[in-house]
Amino acid sequence: MHVPDGFINAPTSAVTGVVAAGAIAVSLRGARRELDERTAPLAGLVAAFIFAVQMLNFPVAAGTSGHLLGGALAAILVGPFTGVLCVSVVLLMQGILFADGGLTALGVNITNMAVVTTVVAYAAFRGLLKVLPRTPRSVTAASFVAALLSVPAAALAFTLMYAVGGTTDVAIGKVATAMVGVHVLIGVGEATITALTVGAVIAVRPDLVYGARGMRQKLQLRVNGELVDVPAAEEARTAPVAARTSRRTLWVTGLATSLVLAGFVSFYASSSPDGLEKVAADKGIDEKTEEHAVADSPLADYGVKDVTDARLSGGLAGVIGVGVTVVAGSTVFWAVRRRQNTDASPTTVENV
Amino acid sequence: MGAGHAHRLYRHGHSAVHALPPHTKLAATFAFVVVVVSTPREAMWAFGLYAVLLGVVAFHARVPPGFLLKRLLIEVPFVAFAVLMPFVAEGERVDVLGVSLSVNGLWGAWNVLAKGTLGVASSVLLASTTELRELLLGLQRLRLPPLLVQIASFMIRYGDVITDEMRRMRIARESRGFEASGVKHWGVLAKSAGALFIRSYERGERVHLAMVSRGYAGSMPVIDEVTASRAQWSHALTLPFAALVVCVLGWTL
Repeated sequence: MHVPDGFINAPTSAVTGVVAAGAIAVSLRGARRELDERTAPLAGLVAAFIFAVQMLNFPVAAGTSGHLLGGALAAILVGPFTGVLCVSVVLLMQGILFADGGLTALGVNITNMAVVTTVVAYAAFRGLLKVLPRTPRSVTAASFVAALLSVPAAALAFTLMYAVGGTTDVAIGKVATAMVGVHVLIGVGEATITALTVGAVIAVRPDLVYGARGMRQKLQLRVNGELVDVPAAEEARTAPVAARTSRRTLWVTGLATSLVLAGFVSFYASSSPDGLEKVAADKGIDEKTEEHAVADSPLADYGVKDVTDARLSGGLAGVIGVGVTVVAGSTVFWAVRRRQNTDASPTTVENV
Repeated sequence: MGAGHAHRLYRHGHSAVHALPPHTKLAATFAFVVVVVSTPREAMWAFGLYAVLLGVVAFHARVPPGFLLKRLLIEVPFVAFAVLMPFVAEGERVDVLGVSLSVNGLWGAWNVLAKGTLGVASSVLLASTTELRELLLGLQRLRLPPLLVQIASFMIRYGDVITDEMRRMRIARESRGFEASGVKHWGVLAKSAGALFIRSYERGERVHLAMVSRGYAGSMPVIDEVTASRAQWSHALTLPFAALVVCVLGWTL
């Protein structure tokens, strides 16, 4: 989805550039709160991880493969602010060094792929965790949904930018249908991989997963046959109970969601661009762009000429809106809980 | 832990372009791309002139054309997209070889192709004549937030390390007979990604402790301050100014 130069006109690029700069400024401040003076090395290494994991190919079928975009994963693993920073840095470096994504389109790319994905994913994630029981399993389920929403949300944001400052007047409905349609399918892949990865990290080092920090369970000791809470002083050292991800639940949830979505969406985008996808994957595996080729192509248009597009985009916007609202309502709750967590976190090394 | 000693993006050389301070090159590249993007698409000759300008720079930097063209391949997905545009865009249509194409779509395709290619070419030129470390210094000199530059420098420094770690994991998987062929293998790959995250994060923690024990207190000391003389600035900005002249001509003619 890396937008090249000349795709969005200059004024819109400038505005998105300002938006992106603002978001990065906010995230810099927020990341210092999330990671204190460890920000630079940790965020740098996480950015390197995101960069590497984008090169990890996940085979789909018959020679095609996809890869992770990483916005949702970053938000859940290291927190929204650090997530925005990491993905932005990855995009910045890709733009300057690898010529992947135009320099003038940096604002567009960062706003779409770093800010929108991360914020939507984290909002949905937090919102779901409020509703779901506090088990590690619901963390994986929530990350599935979060990643599933984040990708089409970015597509929707791109469509919005295209509507404002696109350089070719392809009917905006077509762009929306093609972008959101294709990206819902990509989102299903992204969601599955993200959920599996978060599950894998939770199983080994649940303390590293930012999104699961509220999940810590109290350490209990069995004294004379009954469970006793450990005194509060030692609680800081409590290791959370390692959780095993139930693959069946994950698959059922994932399958149900993807069935609903795919069934709903394939109604609109019936002619899938298999051929192009294959070609792009064969040609561009090293350039990390195999998905983008199809992502931005309005090929899926062919089967969808006479459909009211407003329904699809409106529905999605609604879903995302609900997620955002739920989170906004529970921000206070969350803030209180987070403060408790920071109090309980182990002290970091003092500066020399 | 030096930044990529001989990174494949960078072509070592001693040309005038290589010798320019990094921040002047960054500014010049960015200004050039901005000028290109704001040129009206109807002025086709202007884009030809831009390409000639870049060619002159490449010649001065002694970047061989084959290298440049190979790196341009990153654009291929967008070429595919641009080819599609004439078929789907709105507006009046014109018959070309019996196929009905949208005039506006043709212009749009040309627009994306020309500006995108020029943008990619200038980025490639920048990356192939500037060392990674210099680029980061240049970004810092251009008043990017220091923290952001630090994050970027860590990403660049450890990017190869982490990628290598991923490669070793792949070799380990493959030497145990694993071959990813479909969706059913995602679990294994995702576990690898999870392990990679944990290793990266823990490496970050170790790096931080190592830095703290060497006196790190939140900011990196600037050892080699890059400065640019007026001559170097004007040298670097020749490119965007020449482009600006072309752009103005494009608007007026």
